[in-house]
Amino acid sequence: MHWSEYLLPLTEGAWVTVQLTVYSTILGGVLAFVFGIGKLSSNLAIKSVSVGYIEVFRGTSLLVQLFWLYFALPLAGMAIGIDLRLPPVVAGVLALGLNIGAYGAEVVRGAIQSVHQNQREAARALNFTPRQTLFNIVIPQAIPEMMPSFGNLAVQNLKDTALVSLISLGDLTFRAEQIRNFTQDSTTIYTLLLLMYFGMAVVLTIIMRIVERFAGRWRMAGS
Amino acid sequence: MTDAIIRFDKVVKRFGDLTVLDELDFEVKKGEKVSIIGPSGSGKSTVLRILMTLEGIDGGVVYVDGEPLWHELREGALLPAGEGHLRRMRSKLGMVFQQFNLFPHMTVMRNITEAPVKVLGLSRKDAHLRAEELLDLVGLADQAKKFPHQLSGGQQQRVGIARALAMRPSILLFDEPTSALDPELVGEVLTVIGRLAEEHDLTMLLVTHEMRFAREISDRVCFFDRGQIREEGTPEELFTDPSEDRTREFLKAILD
Ligand SMILES: Nc1ncnc2c1ncn2[C@@H]1O[C@H](COP(=O)(O)OP(=O)(O)O)[C@@H](O)[C@H]1O
Ligand SMILES: [Mg+2]
Repeated sequence: MHWSEYLLPLTEGAWVTVQLTVYSTILGGVLAFVFGIGKLSSNLAIKSVSVGYIEVFRGTSLLVQLFWLYFALPLAGMAIGIDLRLPPVVAGVLALGLNIGAYGAEVVRGAIQSVHQNQREAARALNFTPRQTLFNIVIPQAIPEMMPSFGNLAVQNLKDTALVSLISLGDLTFRAEQIRNFTQDSTTIYTLLLLMYFGMAVVLTIIMRIVERFAGRWRMAGS
Repeated sequence: MTDAIIRFDKVVKRFGDLTVLDELDFEVKKGEKVSIIGPSGSGKSTVLRILMTLEGIDGGVVYVDGEPLWHELREGALLPAGEGHLRRMRSKLGMVFQQFNLFPHMTVMRNITEAPVKVLGLSRKDAHLRAEELLDLVGLADQAKKFPHQLSGGQQQRVGIARALAMRPSILLFDEPTSALDPELVGEVLTVIGRLAEEHDLTMLLVTHEMRFAREISDRVCFFDRGQIREEGTPEELFTDPSEDRTREFLKAILD
């Protein structure tokens, strides 16, 4: 088998990896905002749930979360008579998204808190409601602060997708393992694997940079 | 007494163990232009911040327009005010900050129109018209599309004034509006404030270190010292013939 023949199955695997990354990053982003804002809530219930989520998912490994969702949850569901079997893709996206969301929530919280108190006071003097202040004044200023960390988390997430091959999802790593088992051509395959992950990381980094620039474009106006 | 638009009645304000305002009594009449001068840390900003509802009080009553600011009268008792009452009272006041506190992610136009649209419910078009008039007033008609960081400090502060005016307050508070500015930019901001003082029936409360300016525009000057009004009077009285030693020392130090 010539190495160029590996490319088709590997590309198929890479496509799965891309989809996993995109979906779980979007899910993670949404969770990050919900629970990052939730952690700052004055409502004790909302705050506790947010802190709980963040601590649980940061305090346990992604692999355990993944196995729990894929293997343990269906059994727990069976015990109470609900079908909680998840397709591998769903389990993978959920585990990755929940995990990155917990880290992202801390980023969101930090960025919101870093907005100067001056801004809240100006908003209060103009009689904005607390909600308007958060969404119109504070968060738009916090988003550019979050972007570099979000970029790192997205790349981290891309690399973490390799773990879902363990629940037999046909991602890039899974496909590479399959070919390697078949051909024993470890050097070539792992080299290709390395290059493909790196290539995807580069593209993702560039995309995140563009988003970062867009989010902070008011900072650069006129310069 | 009856035409006082602002009245502090034995107001106490503490930060921890530090008593910043100690049973302060203070009054401002409708339309009056009052300057507050005094050494740093004497509680001048605190007075403005209490009025703007940025800082609560620990004793006494503050009246704005005859109504308690930090209290609500319910069943004959003065109880701590809820957010609804504070919102209604807050709409009577506007504030110009030492550090401008413009919203950096919004254009000048947006800075001025955002609150009228979101808080007062004006249409974008009406808010726009109002903003254009105000930008004209502060001499920045051609800067509407810029972001704050593209403006000089003096221009930013003039936007800050326009932003506060867009809410049509009846009382405008200035907390050292020119202290953060390079000396050559102070004049343009004072000119705008001076014009406001002259042409509007706005009640103005100005904390400043610009003594000459305070003298020109004020109906009354109050000298603050350790959370008390040590001395007050017309600019003539206070600047040319202060009766208190503390006032004299302060003026001497700042004018030299
Ligand atoms: N948020 C705060 N916490 C603690 N102390 C404060 C706070 N704000 C003001 N102070 C203190 O209160 C005193 C009066 O402050 P301020 O009203 O800002 O004085 P001024 O404006 O006359 O310089 C100062 O000693 C200051 O350090
Ligand atoms: Mg001050």
